[in-house]
Amino acid sequence: MREIFVLTEHRQGQIRDVTFEMLTKGRELAGKTNTELTAVLFGKEVKNHAKILSDYAKNVLLVEDAKLENFNSEAYQKVLSNLIRERKPLLTLIGHTSFGVDLAPSLAVSLGTPLATDCVDLEFEDEKFTVTRQMYGGKVNVNAVLRKAESYIATVRQATFPVEKGAPMNGEIIEVPSPLSEEITKKRFVEYVLPPPGGVDITAAEVLVGIGRGIKDESNIPPVEELAKVLGGALACSRPIVDKGWLPNDRQVGSSGRTVKPKLYIALGISGAFQHVLGMKNSDLIIAVNKDPKAPIFGVADYGVVEDLFKIVPPLKSKIQELKG
Amino acid sequence: MDIIVCVKHVPETAEAEIKIDGTGKAIEKNGLVFDINEWDDYALEEAVLLKEKFGGTVTAITVGSEDADSVLRKCLARGADKATRLTDPKFEGSDGYAIARILAKVIKDLPFNMILTGTQAGDDGYAVVGVILAELLGIPHATMVKKIELNDEVAKLNRELEGGLEEIVEVKLPAVLTIQTGINEPRYVSIMGTRKAMKKEIKVLGLAEVGLGENEVGEAGSWIKMEKMYVPPVEKQAEFLKGSPEEIAVKIAEILKAKGLV
Ligand SMILES: Cc1cc2nc3c(=O)[nH]c(=O)nc-3n(C[C@H](O)[C@H](O)[C@H](O)COP(=O)(O)OP(=O)(O)OC[C@H]3O[C@@H](n4cnc5c(N)ncnc54)[C@H](O)[C@@H]3O)c2cc1C
Repeated sequence: MREIFVLTEHRQGQIRDVTFEMLTKGRELAGKTNTELTAVLFGKEVKNHAKILSDYAKNVLLVEDAKLENFNSEAYQKVLSNLIRERKPLLTLIGHTSFGVDLAPSLAVSLGTPLATDCVDLEFEDEKFTVTRQMYGGKVNVNAVLRKAESYIATVRQATFPVEKGAPMNGEIIEVPSPLSEEITKKRFVEYVLPPPGGVDITAAEVLVGIGRGIKDESNIPPVEELAKVLGGALACSRPIVDKGWLPNDRQVGSSGRTVKPKLYIALGISGAFQHVLGMKNSDLIIAVNKDPKAPIFGVADYGVVEDLFKIVPPLKSKIQELKG
Repeated sequence: MDIIVCVKHVPETAEAEIKIDGTGKAIEKNGLVFDINEWDDYALEEAVLLKEKFGGTVTAITVGSEDADSVLRKCLARGADKATRLTDPKFEGSDGYAIARILAKVIKDLPFNMILTGTQAGDDGYAVVGVILAELLGIPHATMVKKIELNDEVAKLNRELEGGLEEIVEVKLPAVLTIQTGINEPRYVSIMGTRKAMKKEIKVLGLAEVGLGENEVGEAGSWIKMEKMYVPPVEKQAEFLKGSPEEIAVKIAEILKAKGLV
């Protein structure tokens, strides 16, 4: 029977969530296309991971090699392209993550297999493989069709498919000998580095006021910080604010920053790109202020204000101060 | 150190109202302001910084229409030495794969030690062009680069991972690096620089000069084909608070009070 491959993403001893999200979607797709769901796992001494995966997939293809200890796109590409050539899966799912974007495009070229990236939905209909993607920072969706082929590759957006465990699948763990006979020479993993911790832990704050590019200038930040203080909270931000060096990177909320879950998150001048939303959507109460009524942030906020943030911040601060007496 | 930077001319859409055009497959571009893709802006700056440190040249390349000259002029003003625009009506409808193929065909005959691209483009968000380009040229790559250190034939890089973590990797040159925002501070262009850039030549090549066939570019040469564009369905919508800023402030304060947040 043909298969749907899900490439396992793991780091520092942990299988990453996107793997289980892909396995959930993969299970649904396998059901609809009459294929088997296969988790593909590379690493060094990762049998414990294989065991976990066997609950979620019909097969677990396990390749162990010291050269696969840490993610390395050169090594991964060699091993995965071998497996795809041999077993010709209908589809290979890879996370649209830092690892996935480093691997999928070159893998697809080397195999001559069509690739769609950052998919938020995938569907096989008759002989047609259609994906849903977002463009223009999430302001529009597109349905796109992949060129007809025997096998496809897709990268999947993180936190898009909620994990459902379903009945354990008691998958068979199949050990495949590593094809890596030669050294990996072009690319070498050295180490992980964590930027030094800063002064404020935004993940511990009960109230966060998040600022985005709408703040326009560094000099506009202090009045907003005062609002955060009046609310007994801290200042957080979207990525461009850190990129510009206006706030340290431990204030950044989102996929490449912190994940926060405060009681209150006020988003000021933040458009609501999915990478930001990923980090704050589970806040208890979200209030967004944005000039653009179509800003995607209004899709996650409980309350929205379509207005210039500079008109809202001063009266809001004085109203809160009044309430506090 | 000869560096090639691939750049793209994209519409700024964060604050703009977006309409889908008559084809149902693209947005209405009239009235939108275009600029260099945000990620490419950092890639260009990084190339110029490396040139300033190690000498060599920077060549900016784009696949786009004549309008993209404004982006190439910006690159020239900011320190690029040469600029090339790849333009042909047949290139329209190209996905990231076809774009990378067009770039590869031209770049393979140029001298270079390094190619820089943005991590992704802000319009279509494929995040594939740099890596496909590397594979087509048969050289290594690294994506989402936040720091570059050069030692002889090896680049030591910080790659951004999730949750604030980074990894350090070493890549043999020549290589393609895709640059993540925040790696540097893109400089402003002086008026002098802009004026000088207006006089520089932009080389323009079409399909025939590039040397590809019609079926290798555009929709025919792509992996994916746009079928339909639409406004995302609203699953959840915020309750909008209306009134004057004063009235809105009162409403927010009341909500916070009711929830015990003040
Ligand atoms: C791999 C990767 C990882 C990323 N990780 C993160 C991450 O961790 N966190 C993150 O935030 N982003 C991240 N990003 C970037 C993300 O894609 C967006 O570019 C970013 O979130 C946009 O920030 P923004 O909303 O502040 O700016 P924009 O998208 O430019 O939005 C600015 C908003 O402000 C509004 N505005 C302007 N002026 C005013 C005003 N006076 N009053 C009210 N509203 C106003 C505008 O209408 C607009 O909606 C990542 C991107 C990539 C590719």
